[in-house]
Amino acid sequence: MLHIYCPYCEELREEEEFHPKGQAHITRPADPDACSDEEWGDYLFFRDNPRGIHHEMWVHAIGCRKFFNVTRNTVTYEILETYPMGEQPRFTAEYPEGKPADQLNDAQQEPSRQEGVHV
Amino acid sequence: MSQSLKQPNRVREGGRIDRAQTLSFTFNGKQYQGHAGDTLASALLANGVNIVNRSFKYSRPRGIVAAGAEEPNALVQLGSTEAAQVPNVRATQQALFDGLVARSTNGWPNVQRDVMSLVGKLGGQFMPPGFYYKTFMAPASMWMTYEKVIRKGAGLGRSPMERDPDHYDHLNQHCDLLVVGAGPAGLSAALTAARSGARVILCDEQEEMGGSLLDSREQLDGQPAHHWVEGVVSELAQMANVTLLPRTTANGYHDHHFVTLHERRTEHLGETAPLTDGQRPSRSRMHRVRAGQVLLATGAHERPLVYGNNDVPGNMTAGAVSTYIRRYGVVPGNKLVLSTTNDYAYRAALDWLDAGREVVAIVDARKAPEGDLVEQARVRGVRIIEGAAVLEAKGSDRVTGARVATIDAETFKVTGSSDTLSCDTIASSGGYSPAIHLASHTGARPTWNDEILGFVPSLVKGVHAAGSVRGFHQLADGLANGCSAAAEALSALGFAATPVELPQVNTYRQGAACALYQVPHEKPTLRGPKQFVDMQNDVTAAAIELATREGFESIEHVKRYTAMGFGTDQGKLGNINGMAIAARCLGKTIPEVGTTVFRPNYTPVTFGAIVGRHCRDLFDPERYTAMHQWHVEQGAEFEDVGQWKRPWYFPRTVNGKTESMHDAVARECLAVRQGVGILDASTLGKIDIQGPDAREFLGRVYTNKWAKLAPGRVRYGLMCKDDGMLMDDGTTSCLGENHFLMTTTTGGAAGVMEWLELWHQTEWPDLQVYFNSVTDHWATITVTGPEARKLLAEITDIDLDRETFKFMDWREGTVADVPARVFRISFTGELSFEINVQANYALHVWKTLFAHGEKYDLTPYGTETMHVLRAEKGLIIAGQETDGSVTPEDLGMQWAVGYDKPFPWIGKRALTRSDTRRVDRKQMVGLMPKDPSVVLEEGAQIVFDPDHAIPMPMVGHVTSSYYSPILESGFALAVIKGGHQRMGEIVYLPMVDGKTHAAEIVSPVFYDPKGERQHV
Ligand SMILES: [Zn+2]
Repeated sequence: MLHIYCPYCEELREEEEFHPKGQAHITRPADPDACSDEEWGDYLFFRDNPRGIHHEMWVHAIGCRKFFNVTRNTVTYEILETYPMGEQPRFTAEYPEGKPADQLNDAQQEPSRQEGVHV
Repeated sequence: MSQSLKQPNRVREGGRIDRAQTLSFTFNGKQYQGHAGDTLASALLANGVNIVNRSFKYSRPRGIVAAGAEEPNALVQLGSTEAAQVPNVRATQQALFDGLVARSTNGWPNVQRDVMSLVGKLGGQFMPPGFYYKTFMAPASMWMTYEKVIRKGAGLGRSPMERDPDHYDHLNQHCDLLVVGAGPAGLSAALTAARSGARVILCDEQEEMGGSLLDSREQLDGQPAHHWVEGVVSELAQMANVTLLPRTTANGYHDHHFVTLHERRTEHLGETAPLTDGQRPSRSRMHRVRAGQVLLATGAHERPLVYGNNDVPGNMTAGAVSTYIRRYGVVPGNKLVLSTTNDYAYRAALDWLDAGREVVAIVDARKAPEGDLVEQARVRGVRIIEGAAVLEAKGSDRVTGARVATIDAETFKVTGSSDTLSCDTIASSGGYSPAIHLASHTGARPTWNDEILGFVPSLVKGVHAAGSVRGFHQLADGLANGCSAAAEALSALGFAATPVELPQVNTYRQGAACALYQVPHEKPTLRGPKQFVDMQNDVTAAAIELATREGFESIEHVKRYTAMGFGTDQGKLGNINGMAIAARCLGKTIPEVGTTVFRPNYTPVTFGAIVGRHCRDLFDPERYTAMHQWHVEQGAEFEDVGQWKRPWYFPRTVNGKTESMHDAVARECLAVRQGVGILDASTLGKIDIQGPDAREFLGRVYTNKWAKLAPGRVRYGLMCKDDGMLMDDGTTSCLGENHFLMTTTTGGAAGVMEWLELWHQTEWPDLQVYFNSVTDHWATITVTGPEARKLLAEITDIDLDRETFKFMDWREGTVADVPARVFRISFTGELSFEINVQANYALHVWKTLFAHGEKYDLTPYGTETMHVLRAEKGLIIAGQETDGSVTPEDLGMQWAVGYDKPFPWIGKRALTRSDTRRVDRKQMVGLMPKDPSVVLEEGAQIVFDPDHAIPMPMVGHVTSSYYSPILESGFALAVIKGGHQRMGEIVYLPMVDGKTHAAEIVSPVFYDPKGERQHV
């Protein structure tokens, strides 16, 4: 059972309080009618299934009801960070140890953001 | 002394038992005596009981092999009464208590003279590996029958048929460091962490803490080992930051340092928890521990050697022999032969000598064994046969001898002539396998270590291991390793480690162990005597060899094919030997063949502990409406809808005779169609939606238009997913320009709420709109039928005039003097008013309606009548007519789709995909059975041609089907390929019993097709 840091409640809570909502950072095409059937099908149905770092969306369903993102290693289940909707991850497949400082915005530099990380 | 006479294998002194306390127990109907501190296994051995079970497949007699969790044979059924039955208890882990009653799990009527034995012997011939897959593949429907036969024949224990008198608790725990195992490494680790100020939980599965130190020959600071254990445990017990959990097994490691600990609190006291002050304490507790760091000090399991007839009672692991002698004061035989590959096992022979019995020989697979323990044995005059092993055990119900010869482990050959030594016990040791189970639960694959000839755990972040589980088998190493692993964990937690002064212990000079798993025999494995690898599942070396010959190369496949490791012991003793044999047969190394995977639970956990208090009334929450008590008093039958209890129908009792469901539903239906009925619809999901962009939001999540819905008006809406498939439906009322009340299906309420939040938070955060679940705040009372207006008018100040309060309007006012919202919406096709009042006023309103309703014969109805009435009108239920593959167009509900809405609403794009445009999609239609007395089966498959060869092409299925009292006929809703274009066609429904029903495709609106009745 995962231990998940809600970036809104700013607390580690049990997985039972959350619902997983699939891959994060999937944006609905702004003009669906302009999409080919294939492009629309890709948006609807096709998801990554990486071995290693994965960005996924969760909702604090039995808590603050907020959706947020989680960077999780699908092999070790380690959660590297959680971050609010609209923000970008610090840890990616390209930067598994974290993006260099010059690629982070101010919010990501805040040390409190690290509280969700399991050691 | 008289006790010793009754217990022929009990030594006069020593061990951790209390000879002053004699306990009586019954095994297979016979009375025996043991002592406080015994396990059931040690007491049976003390009494000289050789056979404790019959084997699963071959029905061979089996004795006790081990002394702990790894025991494969000594499985017993506990309990003197039906309610107290506990299956598959390992006698090696069951503390003896006075009055304990146990039976062998296998072997009816008794293990000595087993009626299954002959059958088993025959069965064995016909049960090669893969037997289950080959024999019981088909038909699948027969599997239950096969399973019963196998279970009855082989016996896997049985669960009680009566209610468990005990109860069980769950506890949520938090700590900085969880230490699993209280042997030398675990104790030194816990002491280090505790003295450093960390919050520590130390758990250990045994009756007392100390692990290997409880039967150790070693001295710590010049004292017997248990002195040090007692000092450490008493220090820990006094510390406020330490929780000690003896008799507690860490059964599963479940992500992020969440570990489940099963604490058995009363199983050593009696078969049910004894009353204290009239209260029954919980029998066991499941501690759900979220730890900062986890330290595994779980030790190792000794590997027995695999040789011919190594399952005859009297064959044991060397370590178990030592444990029984030194911890329990029981020497399990008279004449010992020890077959070993390593120095450490020599202590079994030394312990045996100390107990005053004869060591016939030590048979050491190594050519020139040397080490301190070897020297001690030599000094005491023990015959040591070098470069040799026990090829096979002699005897049937008990070992009578050991056939020994020199071997070459490398070439897998017997090199010399054999010699049979007379003995009654063969102890064997092939080395030590670290107990990596919990580390394995994390998903981290263990790695093979050639130096210690075993798998060592791979550790995920935050998990540490110390002592034997890492291959540090020497006591001094284990103690030191515990301290250093604790220091690592403490540093990760931000604590400075306080150094612990460790006791002085001897470091022994040890010769290197040799790698031997299966002992060679003069005959090929397939033809020699059976060499058991997994005793619980009767898997032999020959079966593994056969599996590899049949093409199974991955150890995971070999395991599944032979069932190795699939017993309740998960192959704790046999798995590594089995892998080694597969590796030999395949000409590979052990790590090349694979690794070993263990899954929770480490040992079986009783369902009671898993369930805790979540059983019976507390199994799942139940939701009641405000009128629930009234329904109960009226004798309603209830239906579960999600967690809600809804009245299903209200049977009347006249002259002591209670209506059938069919009669009650017919009466309720006609009351609504001809008079007035009343439904408690409070369970409908209700979501209050507010904000300047609420209207825009509704237009995006519903398929139809919301831009012009004025305050005071109500609209029915369809909600799709973005794949265009219907997800939920309901009405939404405009309460004010920026204020709406959405209703959802009862079961869909929480999901729709999350769905709205999802779209708002992730795609359209710019919209100003807020959602609030008000399902429980408002009760809903539906008054429906031709007399509904007259009845309601008596108790409301709202003008119910049909011209000013039209269908699909809502009005605010009072009903029964209570503030209310009244909605003119209809799920029955009749004139209907849905009254919403604050839930705590609802029963008053409900009762007032009945006070005024008597003259109209106001009839309460339940969900079944609701279903019949809505189906007569062709009104769908999301989740019944739909299954995630049905579009609004499939339902013929194009009228509720706003194709020209400006915003690309959810589901719109999908409706122009080629698949959603297919003309042969399954479409909703009505079905009228040709025989009006037939009520078609819901879910029944539909075919166009009943004479088509099997398999017939199936073209749809029945989604809803009822008997209609007003139509005096069965009728159904169905989805049929291209159904909308097939009105008037006849379709067929072949049933399981061979009958075929014919039905006509008709409009799904069966009653009042023009919809006039709801507008009156
Ligand atoms: Zn939260």
